[in-house]
Amino acid sequence: MKTIALLTWKSINNRRSSALLTVLTVAISMILLLGVERIRTQAKDSFANTISNTDLIVGARSGEVNLLLYSVFRIGNATNNIDWQSYQQIANQAEVKWSIPISLGDSHRGFRVMGTNTDYFKFYQYGNRQALQFASGQPFAQLFDTVIGADVARQLGYSVGSKIIIAHGISDKSFTRHDNLPFQVIGILAPTGTPVDKTVHLSLAAIEALHSGFKPAGYAANNQQQLQQLNFHPGQITAFMLGLKSKIKTFSVQRRINNYPREPLTAIMPGIALHQLWSMMSIAEQALLAVSGFVVVAGLLGMLSCLLTSLQERRREMAILRAMGARPKHIFALLVAEATLITAAGIIMGVSFLYLLLAALGPFISSRFGINIELAAISTHELKLIATVLLAGMTIGLIPAFRAYRQSLADGMTIRI
Amino acid sequence: MATLANIPMNIIELHNLTYSWPKQRQLSINIKHFSLQQGQKLFIKGRSGSGKSTLLNLLTGIIPANPGSSIKVLGQQLSELSSASRDKFRADHIGYIFQQFNLIPYLSVIENVLLPCRFSSRRADSIKTDSRLQARKLLTNLKLSEKDIYTPVTSLSIGQQQRVAAARALIGSPELIIADESSSALDHDNRNAFIELLMQECHNSGATLIFVSHDPSLESLFDRSVQLQEINLQGIIR
Repeated sequence: MKTIALLTWKSINNRRSSALLTVLTVAISMILLLGVERIRTQAKDSFANTISNTDLIVGARSGEVNLLLYSVFRIGNATNNIDWQSYQQIANQAEVKWSIPISLGDSHRGFRVMGTNTDYFKFYQYGNRQALQFASGQPFAQLFDTVIGADVARQLGYSVGSKIIIAHGISDKSFTRHDNLPFQVIGILAPTGTPVDKTVHLSLAAIEALHSGFKPAGYAANNQQQLQQLNFHPGQITAFMLGLKSKIKTFSVQRRINNYPREPLTAIMPGIALHQLWSMMSIAEQALLAVSGFVVVAGLLGMLSCLLTSLQERRREMAILRAMGARPKHIFALLVAEATLITAAGIIMGVSFLYLLLAALGPFISSRFGINIELAAISTHELKLIATVLLAGMTIGLIPAFRAYRQSLADGMTIRI
Repeated sequence: MATLANIPMNIIELHNLTYSWPKQRQLSINIKHFSLQQGQKLFIKGRSGSGKSTLLNLLTGIIPANPGSSIKVLGQQLSELSSASRDKFRADHIGYIFQQFNLIPYLSVIENVLLPCRFSSRRADSIKTDSRLQARKLLTNLKLSEKDIYTPVTSLSIGQQQRVAAARALIGSPELIIADESSSALDHDNRNAFIELLMQECHNSGATLIFVSHDPSLESLFDRSVQLQEINLQGIIR
């Protein structure tokens, strides 16, 4: 055994450069496999952590995923609005503990604007039931106060006291900028890693005020002082979130909302909708995993071709070893050991590179994509992947090993060149 | 085996040895009777294709002979051994010298010489002193300088490589040394010098030497010489 280990080591060392290239191929495929795997699981975690402890999300009748997308992820638009009266009626039901109305449809320099009330800062939760925190400032109190997410503040360089302009519609180059209605930043939220960071929050009244000029029978006065004195009542909202006193009631409340007689509504359970959405994306996710799997296969095939090529050159080496008393099984072990060593070295190198890469790129990924890559230890799942690759490497080593075994049986001590 | 050195005995005894390659009816080896005494230096000459390699593979137990054949090496009937035991037997009792390309390129000179001791504990144990010291002594006897010993084997000349291979065959004093010189890469003078050194070392350790070559001019250096074609009645259809 010691002899085989020594011979394997010396032999690989003798073919250093080609062996190193093979190790590198395996290492790169390993980085890809584990990197994709890690980003996938962390993205999934980040994704599932977007909203927490909300029992139901209610919007105009539409698909569950669509409702989730626009209400939580600020992607896409609502099909219709909800009447304020309907919201009031549902929110005042006995089972309801809290409710958050939201009103969407405007933007500020590429960030979505969301109208809500101060209950949002009180009840909205993300991650593992974490409430929103203020990095600075406080919730809005005045009509033209606004609370912005961490990304908005950072990317646009806003601080508490900054004046901002809100446009109607969601395009940045909106024709209908409400230039004459400047808002003031009163609070900045702490980073959450969710779409909240990219949201500009206004009061519902402010949203109404923004749009009052566009209503057919609207207020002609677009003067800030005048608006400040008027009392705006929201006529419609886009969606609302509900927290219930008892989770057991969730299904019955959901059914009641779905059958709401005054207007067609859809109530979804965020957890289930998130799961649905993720399984839609899982096709892409699995494709990615398959690609990295194929890269591993390519890496190992590269090793195989390298081993088979070297085998021809090493025929006389095998014959000498046979003459010295090596058995065919020693020759067999020699090649399996070589494949194992190369694969193991590739795995070790790949894992080390991966950690270096994550440490280097983690902050960038976190700030850019909102996915927090932790430098966690290797998980059991990853260990299984690593073990699979190592086993695959050893198995591939069997091919040249078996060939060398047969060759050495046939050649004996006859040296063929 | 201690008695071997004193009482002359047959180190090799062949009876009715036949061998045919798989799926061929023609016999490539057919030796009625042949024996070699301990301590003798035998020269086997034969043209290419006369079955030299096959005979050596048979003697060393690499390939099994046809049923009914008898190959006794050191009194041991090879056909009674399993293939693994034959490998061990070869490692323990036979030193083998290839005429060319005979060293493992990634091992040092000393490591090459000590290679048989890795596969045979008997040969490792038979070295009473430090094995590296013994290897060095053999190499010095074979006229390799201290400098040569630390040269990478691939940088040695063919003659030097051959002497390293001889030291490797002699290490641990195996009873039988086989030199497969079927086509030589050495010039005449160098070859004679090599053979004389080899014989001297065989004599020192009491080993029997079988030297295979196609060059009849070497014949005179040996105790005994056989023409493979004479003992091997080839081409007989079974």
